[in-house]
Amino acid sequence: MSDTSTINSQGQLLTSDGVPLKDSLRKSLRRTKIRSFLLIIVPLLFLLIMFVVPIGTLLTKSVDDTSINTVFPKTFAQYELWEDKSILPSEEMFAAVINDIRITHKMENSEGKNIGKNLLGKAGTRMTYEFSGWRSLLLKTVKEATKVDKKSKEVIKPYVLEAPYKEKMIKRDKRWGKVEFWQSMGAMKDPYTMGYYLNAVDLRYDANKNIIQKNEYLKIYKTIWMRTLQVSLIVTLACLFLAYPVAYLLATLPMRASNLLMICVLMPFWTSLLVRIVAWMIMLQQNGVVNDTLLTILPCFEGALNFPFIGETFIDLCFGEEDRLPMMYNFTGTIIVMTQVLLPFMILPLYSVMKGVPPSYMKAAQNLGATPTWAFIKVYMPQTVPGIGAGCILVFIVAIGYYISPELVGGKDGLMIGNFVAREMQQTLNWGLAAAMGALLLTAVLALYWAYDRLVGLNNLKMG
Amino acid sequence: MSEERPLVKFENVQKSYDGEILVVKDFNLDVAKGEFVTMLGPSGSGKTTCLMMLAGFEPTTNGTIYLKDKPINNVPPHKRGIGMVFQNYALFPHMTVAENLAFPLEVRKMGKEERERRVNRALDMVQLGEFGNRRPMQLSGGQQQRVAVARSLVFDPDLVLMDEPLGALDKNLREQMQYEIKHLHEQLGLTVVYVTHDQTEALTMSNRIAVFNDGVVLQCSSPEALYEKPENAFVANFIGENNRLMGAVEAINGKQVTVKTDSGDIVIATKANVNAVGERTTISLRPERIVVAPKAGTIPNSYSAKVEELIYHGDHIRTRFSVCGHDDFIVKIPNSIDNVSLKEGKQVNIGWMSEDCLALDG
Ligand SMILES: Nc1ncnc2c1ncn2[C@@H]1O[C@H](COP(=O)(O)OP(=O)(O)OP(=O)(O)O)[C@@H](O)[C@H]1O
Ligand SMILES: [Mg+2]
Repeated sequence: MSDTSTINSQGQLLTSDGVPLKDSLRKSLRRTKIRSFLLIIVPLLFLLIMFVVPIGTLLTKSVDDTSINTVFPKTFAQYELWEDKSILPSEEMFAAVINDIRITHKMENSEGKNIGKNLLGKAGTRMTYEFSGWRSLLLKTVKEATKVDKKSKEVIKPYVLEAPYKEKMIKRDKRWGKVEFWQSMGAMKDPYTMGYYLNAVDLRYDANKNIIQKNEYLKIYKTIWMRTLQVSLIVTLACLFLAYPVAYLLATLPMRASNLLMICVLMPFWTSLLVRIVAWMIMLQQNGVVNDTLLTILPCFEGALNFPFIGETFIDLCFGEEDRLPMMYNFTGTIIVMTQVLLPFMILPLYSVMKGVPPSYMKAAQNLGATPTWAFIKVYMPQTVPGIGAGCILVFIVAIGYYISPELVGGKDGLMIGNFVAREMQQTLNWGLAAAMGALLLTAVLALYWAYDRLVGLNNLKMG
Repeated sequence: MSEERPLVKFENVQKSYDGEILVVKDFNLDVAKGEFVTMLGPSGSGKTTCLMMLAGFEPTTNGTIYLKDKPINNVPPHKRGIGMVFQNYALFPHMTVAENLAFPLEVRKMGKEERERRVNRALDMVQLGEFGNRRPMQLSGGQQQRVAVARSLVFDPDLVLMDEPLGALDKNLREQMQYEIKHLHEQLGLTVVYVTHDQTEALTMSNRIAVFNDGVVLQCSSPEALYEKPENAFVANFIGENNRLMGAVEAINGKQVTVKTDSGDIVIATKANVNAVGERTTISLRPERIVVAPKAGTIPNSYSAKVEELIYHGDHIRTRFSVCGHDDFIVKIPNSIDNVSLKEGKQVNIGWMSEDCLALDG
């Protein structure tokens, strides 16, 4: 040893060619680090561009409120000076609104194209989210405050609205005289807003930017959120109960039988989701297979199920007023279809964990005196916890953002938050609200992960 | 063996998994209380199967197993009260060592204090008193093995089964554990049915050994009897080292048999498993019973042999001779002064007493 390694004046170990050992080691490690970084750079970029960037954009969209600030800077400045917010603001505020409208209306982009009208339109839409009626009021006022010659594109004077504005504006549209419209500006004046998030959970800002409950008739999302959680929870539990025995069979049956069963489990993956849902529609509709079968079979048991103390026959109880069980276009339909669609996500992690549990544990437990049931509960099940955890998280996460099944078979009371995100994106075009809902979903999932980590430990998770 | 009724009795037990091959063919075995019986045999000979039938995890296809004179064919495993050490120990990974040991006591609805007392006693018994709070994964192989033994004993079973419990351990640990298990057996007066395919292990530990081959018990007797008086060629070959000469019976004279080997030499052997003149026979000879350069006339069997190979083993020299038409005739020569003169290629006489060579089946 000592004859090859030498020590320099500072007491550092040197390699045989005189370089300090530490530097040499660092250099060689750096080389391997660079090489491994080069290897992962492509997937890293892909992840960044396809995943992190869109999600980041989504998150900024959910709080971004800058566009309205570029339209109404003077108005919002006046808003800060408005003292008693229970009475109408002063003339200056009315004047600021008209001023802002006139300036924005002429706004051009770098290529000299007018973007002002577009901005005003968007601002109207944004304002309507806070208080309905804003859009039509604003667009009407824009017309009256600005008049443009069609040919020369010059502003035509005199305007309909001239200073002093307050009286005239209220005269032309009574809504300017309603203090609620003015108060709702409080929620928009900052470049960043929590308004979309509040909206998504049925809250809103009042005039002083305090968070308050929405009016009762406007509350829609709270029930949807609760229902989303409820559906996800029920579907997860239903999947667990159905998947556990199947996975157990898969793991314990002889090769040939378990392969066949595995094909049956994977079959849904080879079939289009839409086809499967439509198949369920055929099964579950009022004149569908299930109802027909029940109607043929149940009368046979009429006598047997006629409990005197209930006072009604079981069949009457099941069917209520209608002749047939409503199983589609409602909550039940969503549950049934989602359970079937998500079942493989539960079976596969369970199976992979169960496959790794040696059969000798069950034997040992029985040998020690436990009945087969007790051995199963005390010895087998605890060892499948990683699979249960993984399956439940997987199913819950997919279920909480589910969209297509509730859309098709959910009817009115089977809709979930995913359907409302889609609605905001495609119909109302309120992307901010959609983004806020998406972000809340994401938070819920992360919270779930965190809770699982605290309770069971993430290293106890086996996805397959 | 005692005069009492046997604790375990296999009576004409047969087992087939697939209805085509009999994995166990007509198995009969009595195990007396306090006995240490080993099932020994090559891989796939049906040892584990027999143990599983006794523990209740495999039904017998035919025949009856008695435990304390009661047929147990229809008793489920958890009611048999038999302790078992599995080959891979099967310690429950989600429980601590103490919880593992308490498990059989819990299912027997034993009180908490009694449970703790017994768990501690069992842990002390295997010298693991400190390890009660560890998980099985945090123990070494030998420690896990001891926990498995302790768990199989903690509920005081009448009978303990061990299926190759030392298979996963290295040689030193294996020997130590053999000693410890043997010690427990004597100390606690246990009845043990032990499975192994290691003949040394079987010889050192057992009261009796049942040698299996292909689903049949070929011989079941004490270690000495197995080694000294094997009843057939398979046993002779399987237990210890063994030289074999093939031939046919020329004459039978009381306990002595005259055999003409395939090379034409005449050997006087002891009758063990031949019945009639003209039968094919295998003559079995232990390497340590062969005498090199015997004095003429003192020994009935003496032949000229050529030294083929000498392998130095320290305390003895393994020598390979060619004699009577075989060139793999092994002789263990003690490393003493008068025996060092052997050289490869040298021609010497070797011989043996007729008591030391058995005429077995062909
Ligand atoms: N579950 C089973 N199904 C079908 N055949 C089996 C089964 N278990 C064992 N066998 C067969 O029965 C025969 C005996 O097996 P067994 O496990 O009893 O052998 P063993 O003597 O314990 O061997 P080893 O020393 O390798 O453990 C083997 O041929 C094996 O292939
Ligand atoms: Mg075996």
